[in-house]
Amino acid sequence: MLALTDFLMLGAILFSLSVAGIFLNRKNVIILLMCIELMLLAVNINFIAFSHFHGDLVGQVFVFFILTVAAAEAAIGLAILVVLFRNRRTINVEDLDTLKG
Amino acid sequence: MTFELFTFYLFAAILVFAATMVITRKNPVHSALFLVLAFFTSAAIWLLAEAEFLAIVLVLVYVGAVMVLFLFVVMMLDIDVATMRAGFVRNLPLAILIAVAMVVEIFLVIGSGSFSLENFASPPALPADYNNTRSLGSVLYTEYMYPFEVAAVILLVAIIAAIGLTMRKRPTTKYQDPGKQVRVRKGEDRVSVLKMDAED
Repeated sequence: MLALTDFLMLGAILFSLSVAGIFLNRKNVIILLMCIELMLLAVNINFIAFSHFHGDLVGQVFVFFILTVAAAEAAIGLAILVVLFRNRRTINVEDLDTLKG
Repeated sequence: MTFELFTFYLFAAILVFAATMVITRKNPVHSALFLVLAFFTSAAIWLLAEAEFLAIVLVLVYVGAVMVLFLFVVMMLDIDVATMRAGFVRNLPLAILIAVAMVVEIFLVIGSGSFSLENFASPPALPADYNNTRSLGSVLYTEYMYPFEVAAVILLVAIIAAIGLTMRKRPTTKYQDPGKQVRVRKGEDRVSVLKMDAED
């Protein structure tokens, strides 16, 4: 039978892969955004699994809200990216140092 | 091994493969396409966990809208892949180290038996006339009405922000201004009466 552990381990592997992806593609903002989407997916898998095994729908309601916020975040992130490319002709993270922080 | 378990492991393997491809491919377009595969496969896994509505929403909203937006932006921008890949090999050992450390830590916690079938028994199969969408909606529209409305406002803010950020006016382009067109008066603006001497 399918156990809760299986879902949680899948979520853990997916989350770690996306963390590794953030380390590997430190320069490309688009891949960074994709890795964030992957992280949210891993968290959503955990929510769905707990909702299934507890027999409680609240976990699914939470996933619904996470999906909403993630969609808004992706839209605004990509809009910022387009404006950035229009002004600087690059999306390399290392070139974005005008603030000298 | 039951069929349910077999499907789960098959989809999990495809999902992990797709996620690995997302973070290692050179071409961002390939990464986006593998991310589509990852979303689609996890929708299948959500179906296994009896979250049918959210599985369909994941396919419709993510594969249908968000990933198309990603592909659109990736293809619109002119990305120099070679400079983007600089430092990939240098960061690889650190990335693998941290990822493996995280996986081992989480496995130590969740593999200890607290989440096994003895403590979390597999829930009984739902009846055939159970409607996941209806029951989700009855929770969402009653108990979580205010969060639902806040989510709607967040989406509205996202729409306005995305349009406001990316819209630009080119100074060379000529636009019609309907307000000015409406305010035109016949006497002052269109017809001008000149006084001049009669010519032979």
